[in-house]
Amino acid sequence: MSDPILEVRNLVKQYPSVTAVDGVSFSVSEGICFGLLGPNGAGKTTTIEIMEGILTSSSGEVRYRGELLGPRFREEAGILFQKTALQDFLTVRQSLTLFRGLYDRGLDVDEVIRLCALEKLATRDNRKLSGGQQQRLLLAIALVNDPAVLFLDEPTTGLDPQARRNFWELIQSIKARNKTIILTTHYMDEAELLCDEIAIMDRGRIIAQGGPRRLLQEHFEEVLLELPRADFPAGARHLALKIIDSSDRVEIATQDLDTTLRCLMDAQVPLRNLRIRPPNLEDLFLELTGKDLRT
Amino acid sequence: MMKRLLAIWHARNLEFLRDRATLIFTLLLPIMVVVGMSFVFGGPERPLFKVGVLTAKIDRQSDPFLRERYVDFVPIATESEGLRKATHQQIDLLVDLRGGARYWVNTDAPKGYIVEKLLLAADPAARRQPVAGAAVRYVDWLFPGILGMNMMFSCLFGVGYVVLRYRKTGFLKRLHATPLTAFEFLTAQVLSRLCLIVFVTGVLYIGIGAVIHFHSVGSLMLVGLLALLGALSMIALGLTIAARVSSEELVGGLLNLLTWPMMLVSGIWFSLEGSPRWVQWVAHVFPLTHLLEGARAVMLDGAGIAQIAPNLLYLGATALIFLAFGAWSFRWRIE
Repeated sequence: MSDPILEVRNLVKQYPSVTAVDGVSFSVSEGICFGLLGPNGAGKTTTIEIMEGILTSSSGEVRYRGELLGPRFREEAGILFQKTALQDFLTVRQSLTLFRGLYDRGLDVDEVIRLCALEKLATRDNRKLSGGQQQRLLLAIALVNDPAVLFLDEPTTGLDPQARRNFWELIQSIKARNKTIILTTHYMDEAELLCDEIAIMDRGRIIAQGGPRRLLQEHFEEVLLELPRADFPAGARHLALKIIDSSDRVEIATQDLDTTLRCLMDAQVPLRNLRIRPPNLEDLFLELTGKDLRT
Repeated sequence: MMKRLLAIWHARNLEFLRDRATLIFTLLLPIMVVVGMSFVFGGPERPLFKVGVLTAKIDRQSDPFLRERYVDFVPIATESEGLRKATHQQIDLLVDLRGGARYWVNTDAPKGYIVEKLLLAADPAARRQPVAGAAVRYVDWLFPGILGMNMMFSCLFGVGYVVLRYRKTGFLKRLHATPLTAFEFLTAQVLSRLCLIVFVTGVLYIGIGAVIHFHSVGSLMLVGLLALLGALSMIALGLTIAARVSSEELVGGLLNLLTWPMMLVSGIWFSLEGSPRWVQWVAHVFPLTHLLEGARAVMLDGAGIAQIAPNLLYLGATALIFLAFGAWSFRWRIE
C-alpha cells in the first residue's frame, strides 16, 4: 500500500453550542477516491473544510504528504465547494484564466475546457449557465492547477439525474488520471459508483470505514425484499420474518430467499411489485445508526 | 506574487467595465459635476472683467473707459473697501475717475494686467497706485475640494461594498482555497480602483479646469503624486472598513461615519482657519485633510515638494498602515 497522501489525526471542531467534528482520524492513499458519507449535519463539510485548510480545527491536525498544510498544499489541491459564486460579468474562459493566474503551475485553460466539455460555453457569461454547466465550470476551476488531490463537497446536490450522470462520468475520467479524490455525499449510489474507500459519519464521528463492498459484506449476509406498503397486509406481520418498515415500503431481510418467498405466497401476499436487491450503503447506515440517511 | 496580483486586478477591471450601469454612472458623475460647475461659475454672458469705480452710481457715458465692453463696472463707496476687494481679487481693478484718474491694480492678478491696458488705452494719463496681495477666487479654492470629495466617495464606497459582496457570495472563500494571500488580493483591489480614480479625477481636472479657467500655479506632477497617495490612503481605509464585516448595513454605517466628518471638517467647502484647535486636530487625522492641504498649497500657492512633504508622508504612511491592518484583519468568509 502506498504512503497516505492525506492524514487526519484526532480532528475536533468545537462551536459554542455544538461539537461538529468529534475526534475524527483517517488516512487517504494516493490515487483513490475516498468518500465521506453521512446525513446533513453529520460533520462531513466541516471535516472536509478543515482538510482543505479553509477552517481551523479546535484540535488535531491534517497532514499532506507528511507535512502540515502549507503553501505546497495550496498549490497542489483542487477544491469544489458545495456552494460558490464566481465574479460577475466574466465568461467561462475568463473565470478559468483568472484562477489559472493564481497558480504557479497547472493545465492550459483550453485543455481544462476540453476536459470538462465546456467548449460550447467558453464565451458565455458564467451567470447564464444551468446548474449542471455551472458545476462543470466549478470542477474545471478546481482542476485548473492540475491538482494532486481534488476535494468535491457534495458535487451533485441539486442536479437533475442526467446532469448527475454526466458529472459522474467526468469524475471517473479524472480518477483515471490517477488523481486522489476526497468526496462528500449523501447519495449512496454516487459513493458506491465512485469511491474506493468510504468513511461513514454521524454526529461528528466516524462510525464505519473501509471499502464499500467489504463493509457491506461485513455487516450483511442477507438480501432484501422490497414491497410497497399497500401490498403488505397487516395480517402478514405475524410471519417469522425480519421486517424493516420505512415510509412507503416494507423491506424483508433474509438469508434464505426461497423459504421467505414461499412464506409470503402462503400468506397470500401479492408479489407483483416485489423487488429483490442486495443491501446498499443506505441500509448499512440504517443498520449502524437506526435512522434513515436522508433524515 | 505579481502574476496572482495581475490576475485579480485584470478580472476586477473586466467586472467593472462590463457592469454597464455602474460604469455609466461613474463616468456620468464627473460630467454632471463639470456641467454643474459650469452652470454655477461659467456662462457666456458673464463679463470678463470686473472693475470697481469709486462713485455712488455708475454713469457709463461719463468717461470713455466706462464704455468698454465685457467689463462689469461696480460702484464702490470708499477707497478702503475698494482696496480690500482688489487685494482679494473680488474686483480686477479699482479706479477713481474723479479729477485726474487714479487706479489700483493687483499686480499678481492676470486679469488686472489686461484691464489696466484697457484703462490706459482710454485714459493714458491715469496714475497707477499699486496694491499687493494675491488672494484667490473662491472657485479656485473650492476646485481641489470638489476633486477631493469625489475621490473620497469613490475610494471609500467603491471598494468597501465590492469586498463585502465577494465575501457574502462565497467568492472570497473560493479565492482563499488558492495560493492567493490577503495582501495580494487587497493590493489588486486597491490598484484596480486607483486606475479608475486617476482616470476620473483627470477628466474632472481637465473639464472643470477648462470651465472655470483654472491653472495650477505649482507642478502638475506634484498634484498627481498627491492625488495618487491620497487615493491610495482612502482606498486602503475603505478596505480596512470592509476587511471583516459581513453586513451591508454595518459597512454603510461605518462608511457614513467616516465620510460625514470628512465632508464637514476636512476643508472641502471652507477653510479651517479660525476653527477651534481640537477641530483642526481631528481634521488632521483624516487623509482627505492632508490631500486638500497639499493640493491647495501646490495648485494655488505653487508650493514645492519640501513644503508638502508632511502631507505626502502622512498619506503614504496611512496607505501602508491601513493596507497592512486590512490584510492582517481580513476575513475570507463569514464566520
